[in-house]
Amino acid sequence: MDIFLQQLINGLTLGSVYAIVALGYTMVYGIIQLINFAHGEVVMVGAMVALTVIGALAKAVPGMPPFLIMGIAVACAVPVCMAVGYGMERIAYRPLRRAPRLAPLITAIGISIILQHLALLIFSRNPLSFPQILGNRMFEVAGAHISAVQIAIILGSVALMTGLTLLVYKTRLGIAMRATSENVQVAGLMGVNINRVISATFVIGAALGAIAGVMVGTYYGIAHYTMGAMLGLKAFSAAVLGGIGNLAGAMLGGILLGIVEALGAGYIGEFTDLCQVSWLAAGPLAERCADGGNFVLFGSNYQDVFAFFVLIIVLIFRPSGLLGERVSDRA
Amino acid sequence: MSLSPVPHSKRIPGKRVLAIAASAALFALAGCGKQEEAPKPAEAPQAAAPAGVTVKIGHAAPLTGGIAHLGKDNENGVRLAIDEANARGLTIGGAKITFEMLSEDDEGKENKGPIIAQKFVDAKVAGVVGHLNSGVTIPASAVYAQAGIPMISGSATNPKLTEQGFNVTFRTVGRDDQQGPAVASYLVAEFKPKTAAVVDDATSYGEGLANEVEKALKAAGVTVLPREKGKADQNDWKAILTKLRGKKPDAIFYGGMDSSAGPLLKQGRELGIKAVFAFGDGACSEKMQELAGEAAEGLICSQAGIPAMASSKSFLEAHKAKFNVDPIIYAPFTYDATNLLIAAMQKADSVDPAKYLPELAKIQLDGATGKIEFDAKGDRKDAEMTIFTMKTGKIEPLAIIKAGQSIKFEDFVKGAAPAAAEAAPAAAPAAAPAAEAPKAAEGEKK
Repeated sequence: MDIFLQQLINGLTLGSVYAIVALGYTMVYGIIQLINFAHGEVVMVGAMVALTVIGALAKAVPGMPPFLIMGIAVACAVPVCMAVGYGMERIAYRPLRRAPRLAPLITAIGISIILQHLALLIFSRNPLSFPQILGNRMFEVAGAHISAVQIAIILGSVALMTGLTLLVYKTRLGIAMRATSENVQVAGLMGVNINRVISATFVIGAALGAIAGVMVGTYYGIAHYTMGAMLGLKAFSAAVLGGIGNLAGAMLGGILLGIVEALGAGYIGEFTDLCQVSWLAAGPLAERCADGGNFVLFGSNYQDVFAFFVLIIVLIFRPSGLLGERVSDRA
Repeated sequence: MSLSPVPHSKRIPGKRVLAIAASAALFALAGCGKQEEAPKPAEAPQAAAPAGVTVKIGHAAPLTGGIAHLGKDNENGVRLAIDEANARGLTIGGAKITFEMLSEDDEGKENKGPIIAQKFVDAKVAGVVGHLNSGVTIPASAVYAQAGIPMISGSATNPKLTEQGFNVTFRTVGRDDQQGPAVASYLVAEFKPKTAAVVDDATSYGEGLANEVEKALKAAGVTVLPREKGKADQNDWKAILTKLRGKKPDAIFYGGMDSSAGPLLKQGRELGIKAVFAFGDGACSEKMQELAGEAAEGLICSQAGIPAMASSKSFLEAHKAKFNVDPIIYAPFTYDATNLLIAAMQKADSVDPAKYLPELAKIQLDGATGKIEFDAKGDRKDAEMTIFTMKTGKIEPLAIIKAGQSIKFEDFVKGAAPAAAEAAPAAAPAAAPAAEAPKAAEGEKK
């Protein structure tokens, strides 16, 4: 049981990060129906900036309290990513807003490649170690271990999600965003500054991405210029799983995907151990199964396959995602 | 070359190796016509002028770039051996022989290997010591094989090098695939695990190493859990580690590079896994400390060969006296490689590669790195592997594994120079300045 609980905690942490990144995808999609494939790279930029700031501060000001350093790192990473988010919307997407849908998709991939290679030039191709300044206190809950960083990630993402929900549903900007997502032209006619709203969406998404980047860096203790690619893909899948364009869907999808992945990696090997099938164990596989041996059909290396398999199954039965039908609610 | 400065070059995918080897072979065809006359100039003057013959020995390593200091280290080993031989004044085939080192910079680049090799063939060298990187040595070896020139690498550890069927290819270091059994035997001897887990990163290097470890562990009666696999760029190992924690292994081996091994180790300790973590040379660097923090403390990892400071005292002293620095890693191995070539020439009483090659294949030499004998493939018999641990952020040698026997590092250092009682204290300071050695070596170059 403690193993199951541990896998849940692992999955929840991972899922929280996916959820925050997925929000960036889903917000942009909700408003201008663009899949911003460069969003994963924004997360990477956030991690890289934070890493640089932490490294510089820890060296320049010895004895500075780690939480302050962390705070400054986040305070640097967020504006940089906001600028990147604003910049890419302004340069790569706004001129193409009236172009066929495929055009901005291609520029999104282009921006993603450009950002990756800029990071390669600046931060080298080696995996960089993310300074471990916070220490890592561990807590034990019913046999499962949870670290202070994990708790911070889970609580932090809950706070961010709450904040975003409040922003979208309680503020004037949120109203403008929702109006824009329903109908760009009509919202414009009603006096909403469309360009500002769309820029704001990108900037908010990028800010979330920056924080996700710092979280991932701190959690794994490593940063690499390609780290955004797979994370972005997973988060995008999470957004689709929950119903792209839907805020609650992105949160649900992210957490679900994280948990599915962790449980998949943890249990798929055991469930596909053919030695559990008695007639196989006694017959053709007797040699491999003797003395507690095993014949695992799908090992833990199938964890990604498993996650995407679940995604496909969900989409077959609910093509618009888990919470996708409430189209009016998107953004 | 198995330390990590250029880990990529040694793990080149098979197809590329073949392609390079093929192009190298083509390259070599051009030089084929000259091949027969290659040794002649060395011999021809013998009769005419028995007064003195100059015999060229090639040395190739990266002498510029990120691991130039290691290349220089290799070169120093060769230079020392050659100078010693010249000082002894050898007579081979009735002629007084002066050896001359021809040192070339291969930049650690795969495509430079065959080019340098061809240069050596054209210069009619009698033998070659090098190259440093496996990725460069493998394509170059095809050229030497074509020309029939014996080649001994003091640092290339990739098994492929001697699996090509060339009879002129040798090495004085161990092979990567001897590491697996070495780590396993150390784990079994020191930690006596009942259950062990083996994880790999699904690359040919990681999986190959993990397979060897698993085989050796099973042979020692250890229960090995079902293999877990990640990816080369995997950061999140928690799911796999949680699963392993439930099975309570006493030891966990991971076959992969430091970039994924660091997170694995860190997360393993976070989950409260108490087992000993062991790695191959891909994760045997101080980078592990950066990536895993405190969790890196006490890890076990292996590298081919022995630390330079464990080589013979006479070598260490001569090296220090000549270059005023301590050897970094592979200098004792290139020193031995050069002496092997010279000894074989003496035995055959000829500097003709075709004549001394059979002697080289069956040679027995007591070198700076211990007894050297080659097997049929040209690999060193009972090559040593060194087991390291992480101690206060530094990689430190723990034991030398030789022929399945684990020898405590201190005992090995003592045994390396049994004549001198103060061997151990003399070797100890050699460990400390290793970090400064590269700079000093650079200085010496100028």
